[in-house]
Amino acid sequence: MRENLVALQSILSKEITRYFRIWVQTLLPPAITMTLYFVIFGNLIGSRVGEMGGVSYMAYITPGIIMMSVITNSYSNVVSSFFSAKFQRHIEELLVAPVPNIYILLGYIGGGVSRGLLTGAIVTLVSLFFVDLQIHNVAVVCIVILLTSTLFALGGFINAVFAKKFDDISIVPTFILTPLTYLGGVFYTITLLPDVWQKISLANPILYMVNAFRYGFLGYSDISLTVAFSIIGLFIVAMFLFALYLLNTGKGLKS
Amino acid sequence: MAATALSISKLEKTYQNGFQALKSIDLTVPEGDFFALLGPNGAGKSTTIGIITSLVNKTSGKVSVFGYDLETQLSQAKRCLGLVPQEFNFSQFESPEQIVINQAGYYGIPRKQATVRAEEVLKQLGLWDKRSQPSRNLSGGMKRRLMIARALMHKPRLLILDEPTAGVDIELRRSMWEFLTELNEQGTTIVLTTHYLEEAESLCRNIAIIDDGQIIENTSKKDLLSKLDMETFVLDIETWDGELPELTDMALRKRDDHTLEVDVSRTHNVNNLFLKLNDAGIKVLSMRNKANRLEELFVRIVENKKQKQ
Repeated sequence: MRENLVALQSILSKEITRYFRIWVQTLLPPAITMTLYFVIFGNLIGSRVGEMGGVSYMAYITPGIIMMSVITNSYSNVVSSFFSAKFQRHIEELLVAPVPNIYILLGYIGGGVSRGLLTGAIVTLVSLFFVDLQIHNVAVVCIVILLTSTLFALGGFINAVFAKKFDDISIVPTFILTPLTYLGGVFYTITLLPDVWQKISLANPILYMVNAFRYGFLGYSDISLTVAFSIIGLFIVAMFLFALYLLNTGKGLKS
Repeated sequence: MAATALSISKLEKTYQNGFQALKSIDLTVPEGDFFALLGPNGAGKSTTIGIITSLVNKTSGKVSVFGYDLETQLSQAKRCLGLVPQEFNFSQFESPEQIVINQAGYYGIPRKQATVRAEEVLKQLGLWDKRSQPSRNLSGGMKRRLMIARALMHKPRLLILDEPTAGVDIELRRSMWEFLTELNEQGTTIVLTTHYLEEAESLCRNIAIIDDGQIIENTSKKDLLSKLDMETFVLDIETWDGELPELTDMALRKRDDHTLEVDVSRTHNVNNLFLKLNDAGIKVLSMRNKANRLEELFVRIVENKKQKQ
């Protein structure tokens, strides 16, 4: 057990060192992109939109923008790191060592979660220049952000296992993750949508995360918190078990 | 009697495309041995090593390392094993020190202890001065030594080296041989695959030859070399363009005006050859073995097997 924890610590240390080493590619871009969101959508357009959900538009979109950076960075950290390890074959360092697969998985997920939380913190700091951020429920904010980053780190891991070339690690973020994030209620409340689109929106898992997170800040959500936590929890358990199964069978790693 | 370091029984591997890479091979390596696994490209060497080190899934069969079954006691078996692969497989962006310390961590060695061990192995392999540089800046030979250093971090009882000196210059190859011999003398069992048969002949005590997924020879180097009944010598001579003398028990041929070649049976006396050459007025300046003895045998064994098929 103690030896496995040392191994976990080593994987985490390797992962964290990796994204700090390339901080210009990993930590700086979210700060710049999200600043642009605050300036364009919050300041310029937001001032004409007026209030949404009983607060200023800027205050309304801030939790969603923070969540967007957490989702993107948790996912992209694991997908790029694990795929690179496969591509450069240094994943073999782990495969030949007596590290149980569950610790390999936890190590990579931990790396993705830590980057997600760090960029979330950076974007939150940036948001303070634009909005007077109030927190309605700290516990909800912390739990939702932790669970969401875990879920998307798992998504990145599964994507990396199946990826055979570099194109494969950008297909999911570009064609699935980005549209779902934009349609996940980051910039609007689904109550503005016609009934049929409101129902379709409920099939988007990101909607539940954004709304639960927004509740933590504003005390306002389109979705019940219980439903949101149940859905996030369900996805995490299913994806964790699937990722572990892939590792145990050596999918994409062993011939 | 020495314990068994590696035991392979009825090991088979068929890849998803239907290619049968291993056809029920059996192999035993005693503890403390320096063992060579030889074979042409695609014979099944890397597949065998891949299965032993858990990088390739076997189709059937049994593998155990120091008595630990790979299926039921994988963790214990892995702790006994160190692998130096054929291709560079470390992060090119990390420094040698980071690479070896992380590797020790994967074996449960705490960072403080790993840092001390890292200094020891990096110094042993002449990489200490380069410890903080990104590993992509290292030369090919240094990268290969880095992989040896990494494999030694947890002091494995069985070290497997897949073509360890491929692409390494002669001087470095010799120093690696010395290092591996020393390591073996200290008690580490070593299994290596190599294309340089001179390497196997110089280093190993026991040799197995694998071809087409089957072990076609598995014996001691001494026994293997005793099967060599004919050797070819190259004679460098003073310029001479006359007729070759008649030899009844040796096959003599002229390569050019400065060189002769002669096939000599191991049971024959070569004095007779020199007498005849002297009578014919041929002055021999020097003499050498045409090919590495093991290389000759290897080619012969593999060829024989092909002819039988």
